[in-house]
Amino acid sequence: MKLKTGHGAHLATALIATTMLSSAAFAADTVKVGVLQSLSGTMAISEVTVKNAEVMAIDEINAAGGVMGKKIETVVEDGASDPAIFAQKATKLVQDNGVVTVFGGWTSASRKAMLPVFQRLKSLLWYPVQFEGNECSPNIMYSGAQPNQQILPALQWAEEKGYKSYFLIGSDYVFPRTANLILKKHIEHDKLKVAGEEYVPLGGTDFSAVIAKIQASKPSIIFNTLNGDSNVSFFKQMAASSNKLPVMSFSIGEQEAQAMGTSLVEGSYAAWNYFESLDSAANKKFVAAYQAKFGAGAAVTDPMVHGYVDVYIWKAAVEKAKSFDIDKVRKAAVGLVLADSPMGSIKFADNQSLYQTGYIGQLDPKGQFKIIWQSKGEIAPQPYDPLVFPGKSCKLSS
Amino acid sequence: MSETALVVGQVFNGFSLASLFVLAALGLALSFGLMRVINMAHGEMLMLGGYLAYLTLHIVPGPLGIIVAMPVAFVGAGLVGAIIEIGVIHRLSSRPLDTLLATWGISLIAQQAARDLFGAIGVDVTAPLWLNNTLAITAGPLAGLSFPTIRIFIILIAVLVLAALGAFLARSRIGLLVRAVNQDRAMAAATGINARQVDLMVFCLGTGIAGLAGVMLALLGPVTPTVGQSYIVPAFLVVILGGLGSLVGTTIASLLTGLFSALVQIFVDVSFAQVLMLLFVIAFLQFRPQGVIAVRSRALDG
Repeated sequence: MKLKTGHGAHLATALIATTMLSSAAFAADTVKVGVLQSLSGTMAISEVTVKNAEVMAIDEINAAGGVMGKKIETVVEDGASDPAIFAQKATKLVQDNGVVTVFGGWTSASRKAMLPVFQRLKSLLWYPVQFEGNECSPNIMYSGAQPNQQILPALQWAEEKGYKSYFLIGSDYVFPRTANLILKKHIEHDKLKVAGEEYVPLGGTDFSAVIAKIQASKPSIIFNTLNGDSNVSFFKQMAASSNKLPVMSFSIGEQEAQAMGTSLVEGSYAAWNYFESLDSAANKKFVAAYQAKFGAGAAVTDPMVHGYVDVYIWKAAVEKAKSFDIDKVRKAAVGLVLADSPMGSIKFADNQSLYQTGYIGQLDPKGQFKIIWQSKGEIAPQPYDPLVFPGKSCKLSS
Repeated sequence: MSETALVVGQVFNGFSLASLFVLAALGLALSFGLMRVINMAHGEMLMLGGYLAYLTLHIVPGPLGIIVAMPVAFVGAGLVGAIIEIGVIHRLSSRPLDTLLATWGISLIAQQAARDLFGAIGVDVTAPLWLNNTLAITAGPLAGLSFPTIRIFIILIAVLVLAALGAFLARSRIGLLVRAVNQDRAMAAATGINARQVDLMVFCLGTGIAGLAGVMLALLGPVTPTVGQSYIVPAFLVVILGGLGSLVGTTIASLLTGLFSALVQIFVDVSFAQVLMLLFVIAFLQFRPQGVIAVRSRALDG
């Protein structure tokens, strides 16, 4: 017995020694990055797939030889749909794990919670989701759409279609409130009418009064910034009241539409900078690769693609800067063109947001969007809307 | 659409909301009234009803699926209620705070189970075509007003459930036993009533009604693992406002909150209407702490 234990202990020491040796040797050839999304809680529905896309990009880069000869080691953390946990995990990733950059975040609340962490620790966050603008930090690369790249193109489309009267409905938090503030200013500026504006608490299920007000004010189109499950209640109750008004949604992608039941949302519109149905070789390759990994029916959405391209732009920027230093990387990222991304040719502007095309899609019975309109070329990102925040601008990298 | 039409429409919506509240809250009121059990897993019984409707609609597609789903959800949720009562609540019967914690645990387990079985994203329950209609008024002072068939249907179901439950408690032999245990558990037991069985029966009935309510809620809202959470707060509110454990009180409280919420929404948005409704309930309880109907029951004595 005694001998055996001794032998085991020797073996263990030897094993630990070899592991340490190999991990030390390994460490010289690796670089750590963080992926921070909600893997549990109410946002998990949307964020798990963004995590999948980000990790997939990292795996692809590793398979092709890594970045500057180093393999990327991914540290995945769960933000648990809680802004405080996002801040805590961001601190952990940068301080304890020593990651060189972090990909992640979804809700504006999570971004606002992480912002001071990245500023204090002088690190860099790649944020993949459309948002309300009105923010400008050198420590965040805002790849999701600014309001003028998603919301305002949708308004432009609606105006071109001749819609005169707009009903704004949203969940009661910062994104819908700011988005609607911008919409209202522009609708009034264009001499059109805001028929009504209503907010429902996140997770709200009763839309009877809202629908009564919609019917009373007779708008020509509804602009919908509801988030999460409230959308299901809203569309079910709209159908129940035989309401046939067109609805333009800003937070319903392929995944959400397919989860809600496509018969419910078929024919409604959405504005994004990417649709799974986008017809390009690069996109088809990306969708095929994702579905090969996560199942044939797996939906691909705009925030997922933004998470995916963020990783590639980071890699290109590191290689251009020949450094992982965040100041050098973010400056190198600006102006860098990624020609064959799934969403087409993209590049970051001076204000660390992406130039991107606005698309309008209409839902078909399969839960895919038919692209019916696109902006004339790429739209330069504008964090501060000139009508709502006059005189404010975002100058970072120059 | 005229002002009167808008008000009449909102009164109708108030009744519709009230019918949802009362269906969601009846089970809570029943189990609290009789057993003083605060069932934190009640919302998950609503959720279970939604998922049972989803499964039933898969097996019985077509227009009558929803009619089949109602008894299925009632019996299914009732059976799950029986398991919870026998397995957990009965064993903690004289420890109200422990039941609160234990049922909260059950609610978390139920949510995770639904997530593992059906996925974190919701499932799709759509109303049959015969319910997706409206009764529209085209002439007269109320022109422009329309009433969704689904909402009329749910109001009817709520009235039927209330009537059936009332008749059951007032007229049936078991109802007599329930009332006896409710008034004085010790005395009822002394006369030979098996209070244990009455508890089990009432708890199952309560969760069964919650299952049925879940089918109704699925017609108007999402079916997700966490859907119970969005209805549990209004359900508790209605039970407290009604006078803990009183069925008539619960019904009146549902009507009060439903109508209040719908009518203030003529002037304010949904978010603010919720604030006003909570203020209304606080003010009401200041003047009438015992709720709408004061329950005289030994079960509620100290």
